[in-house]
Amino acid sequence: MRLRIENLEVKYGNVRVLKGLNIRVEQGEIVTILGANGAGKSTTLMTVSGLVKPSGGGVYLDDVPLHKLEAHHIVNLGLAQVPEGRRVFGTLTVLENLRLGAYTTVDKALVGRNLGWVFEMFPILNRRSGQLAGTLSGGEQQMLAIGRGLMANPKILLLDEPSLGLAPILVKSIFSTIKAINRSGVTIVLVEQNARLALKLADRGYVLETGRIVLEDKAEALLANPEVQNAYLGGMH
Amino acid sequence: MAPDKGKVMQLFLEQLTNGLAVGGIYALIALGYTMVYGVLKLINFAHGDLFTIGAYLGLTLLLSLGLTGHIGSAAGILVLILMVMGLVAVIGALLERAAYRPLRTSPRLSAVVSALGASIFFQNAIMLIYGARFRVYPHDLLPVTAISLFGLTIPVMRIVLFGASIVMMTGLYLFVQRTRTGTAIRAAAIDQGAARLMGIDVNRVIMYVFLIGPALGGAAGMMVGLYYGQINFTMGWVYGLKAFTAAILGGIGNIPGAMLGGLLLGVIESLGATYISLAWKDAISFIVLILILIVRPTGILGERVADKV
Ligand SMILES: Nc1ncnc2c1ncn2[C@@H]1O[C@H](COP(=O)(O)OP(=O)(O)OP(=O)(O)O)[C@@H](O)[C@H]1O
Ligand SMILES: [Mg+2]
Repeated sequence: MRLRIENLEVKYGNVRVLKGLNIRVEQGEIVTILGANGAGKSTTLMTVSGLVKPSGGGVYLDDVPLHKLEAHHIVNLGLAQVPEGRRVFGTLTVLENLRLGAYTTVDKALVGRNLGWVFEMFPILNRRSGQLAGTLSGGEQQMLAIGRGLMANPKILLLDEPSLGLAPILVKSIFSTIKAINRSGVTIVLVEQNARLALKLADRGYVLETGRIVLEDKAEALLANPEVQNAYLGGMH
Repeated sequence: MAPDKGKVMQLFLEQLTNGLAVGGIYALIALGYTMVYGVLKLINFAHGDLFTIGAYLGLTLLLSLGLTGHIGSAAGILVLILMVMGLVAVIGALLERAAYRPLRTSPRLSAVVSALGASIFFQNAIMLIYGARFRVYPHDLLPVTAISLFGLTIPVMRIVLFGASIVMMTGLYLFVQRTRTGTAIRAAAIDQGAARLMGIDVNRVIMYVFLIGPALGGAAGMMVGLYYGQINFTMGWVYGLKAFTAAILGGIGNIPGAMLGGLLLGVIESLGATYISLAWKDAISFIVLILILIVRPTGILGERVADKV
């Protein structure tokens, strides 16, 4: 499955936030989108997921125009998102959260298998399955958010700042989990503030500046690019 | 002293059971406020009028089906209540489509004004159709027997109505807690955006809420007709305010809270009217409302502060 974002334009009121974005993601890839605060990264992902409607251009999953679909039809096509800030359902239990991830899945056996897979990946969630999600620690909530995304059985998973607010050791472990998810056949689109780690993990990357793609290249090339180093990697190390 | 003491106890229990029956009605109405608030953060001011519509539709059904004689069984009454619920549910869903959905993305005040407008519309429509005077429910639907329990005589109607409200509340609770759709309703109330990312059709969830709340409110309207025997086109105003108080008391947005708040308010009001002053019966609810808003604005079971209208 292949995701194409074509000349995407998004406005909030009169403010143009995305100004003709082009991104393509091939099956099996890890693609990262880098950019400063307010560049439009989350807006891009939300538009792909159908929560924000574009004022121009479009998003295509193979040949399906996602921008013409309601958000709740998009998950079913194999595209899930782990949103910025986790957004777990705090007053629902961990298990209820995970099951909501599979809300559109009819096949009960598949839901069971995916639940087993998520619990294998994050054993803590199994132990906490009856606990309210809001009472989990930040790191556990991030695991829950990722697990919930996986419950949709996605072919493409959008991750918006999965390392936000996590201790460095947990960030490493989340990133290796993302790698493992990708190896199991899930295409990944990763938005990250931690550009260095993201580029080390990704195959390709895009740099977004105030609603425009200003750079696009293989991840190693971006890591070596002096402009990227200055702007997103805190200079040479 | 002994017989006196017995009388005191009897009066207390009499008022307690009365309070529970009325409280069950408040709770059913309060659920409509709380569920709509839960998903839309909107007080549906027209909800009290949906309750009134339930009372009048109940009357129409009773009269047109020629059931003014004995229905003879509680089951007959329950079937009628179910019919009223279905009809008011449809009106509720239409109300959402016509008055609230078009304003979903507008400033909150627009929806509030629309709600007030819908309320005025319904009230006047009822008045035009049924007239402005009190209408009387047939009073001979159930044999007027009373059941004796522990030396206390309780009218059958009171038991039927209390039972019906408990059954409906339990049903709703199980639905919301145990089913997939119920979980989707809870999720949409917490975070609509995240719910949509899960593939939940939030518009459909909102429609469910506008079917369920009005159904329960409509049932409550008919129950008031059955319990007190007379109805009026403005009744939704007082009952609506009391049920709203009950919802706040329990913690608005919280479903078990609305149930608890309703029952509690019914009992407080009934006991207050007996032991303090009958004339103050209606004022008691509003004193309760003011006290909660001062002492514990989140209500008994509410966690989040309700910061929006
Ligand atoms: N719902 C909204 N209404 C109006 N403006 C918005 C809305 N959401 C985002 N914006 C604006 O759009 C711009 C892009 O926001 P976006 O959240 O996409 O940035 P981002 O790249 O994800 O930033 P961050 O790294 O801080 O998460 C910002 O200027 C933001 O203020
Ligand atoms: Mg963002």
